[in-house]
Amino acid sequence: MNENDINIVITDREGVIHDVIAPTDMSINLMELIKIHELENDGTIGICGGMNMCASCQCYIESQHNIIPKSNDEEAMLSEALYLQSNSRLACQIPITIDLDNLKIKIAPES
Amino acid sequence: MIKSDILIIGAGPVGLFAVFEAGLLKMKCHLIDILPKPGGQCSEIYPKKPIYDIPAYPEILADGLIDKLMDQCSQFQPGFTLGERAMTIDKQDDDSFLVITDKDTKHSARIVVIAGGLGSFEPRKPLIKNVDRFEGFGLEYFIKEPNLFRDKKVVIAGGGDSALDWTIVLSEIASEVTLIHRRSEFRGALDSVDKVQQLKNLNKINIITPAEVVSLNGKVNLESITIKSSDNSETDIQTDYFVPLFGLSPKLGPISNWGLEIEKNAIKVNNSLDYQTNIPGIYAIGDVNTYPGKLKLILCGFHEAALMCQSAFKILNPNKKFLLKYTTVSGVEGFDGSHKKAPKSVIKTIS
Repeated sequence: MNENDINIVITDREGVIHDVIAPTDMSINLMELIKIHELENDGTIGICGGMNMCASCQCYIESQHNIIPKSNDEEAMLSEALYLQSNSRLACQIPITIDLDNLKIKIAPES
Repeated sequence: MIKSDILIIGAGPVGLFAVFEAGLLKMKCHLIDILPKPGGQCSEIYPKKPIYDIPAYPEILADGLIDKLMDQCSQFQPGFTLGERAMTIDKQDDDSFLVITDKDTKHSARIVVIAGGLGSFEPRKPLIKNVDRFEGFGLEYFIKEPNLFRDKKVVIAGGGDSALDWTIVLSEIASEVTLIHRRSEFRGALDSVDKVQQLKNLNKINIITPAEVVSLNGKVNLESITIKSSDNSETDIQTDYFVPLFGLSPKLGPISNWGLEIEKNAIKVNNSLDYQTNIPGIYAIGDVNTYPGKLKLILCGFHEAALMCQSAFKILNPNKKFLLKYTTVSGVEGFDGSHKKAPKSVIKTIS
């Protein structure tokens, strides 16, 4: 683990908790982090590739972190998602930054 | 029975380019796709998004790429079975495969190529308790024949392009159209949003926002739906049809029961040779396949399509020697009688 890495705790769809190392210097977002660590099957997450167009990477934020606010586009896409909760976000719209250290998220069910 | 040399399952960019590559080798293709039009994800999920990594196109819109691929392969006259899903595959005595769709359309080919992307797109079903019970009894996930709704009452739910587009189309056909969405903002092309606003102003449609459909009611056929508003009050609305449009999600579906080796939701292929699967004669190309180092990029699928065609040619023509020909030299001879060729250079003395 180097100085640009942080820890993120991700609960997958089966309920298994993964404490993963996330690099902050590779311009990746939370959806890509889930894919890098192969926490879900291909084709069930990040279907649109991260264009904010499918909501397959919906996750629930379970810790009190100051996360980049939702854009209008993300808000609109989420409004079409199933299993929506007040702490729902699209993982592809959250870049991994140093202040997200120890962030806890849960991946929403496949739909 | 629809016969072809190569049956391609999936009419996305890679499937369409395979038609062209096969055509150069005089092999005729037929395509099956569950979506009502060709293009796969490019047409369905992100038609208006620019793609920047197609060789020779610094920037091209996804639907523009599909138009060009359709144009490029049109001279090889591919057949299409659209709006149907390939269900079963069986090897016949003559070594051909018989592929039958959910509408019982039968296809026969010696070579089957799965170019299915992430799988066949299935509608996201709303989380309403008795939703399955009304499928075909007033609940429709796709609108294939708008006339089904003529002079009927229709409720559409959703906030994206398809919800807006179908609201506009059905406003001319149905006796009553109601659009329901969780919030007042809609996500769609600006002119669709404006048009829906106009229709509302003219009282041609009803819009109920923010609200959610919470139950479907009826003895046999759908008779009404119950909606819940933001203040938690519930209201019943009489309707003949309910059309939830919450997007599509890809599923590998019946293909996963075809005896193919599957790894991480994708079909394993031999990438050191020809992208054939564990079943000889069945290939998998594009995003649907996997092998060490696989990149899910359209351009990689194009390359896989070319290699697959060489291998398929050898299966179909075991006694013919194959020679790679360049289109710059031989031109392109279409199955439609067209012949594209570089113009001959002029040879003339300059005195």
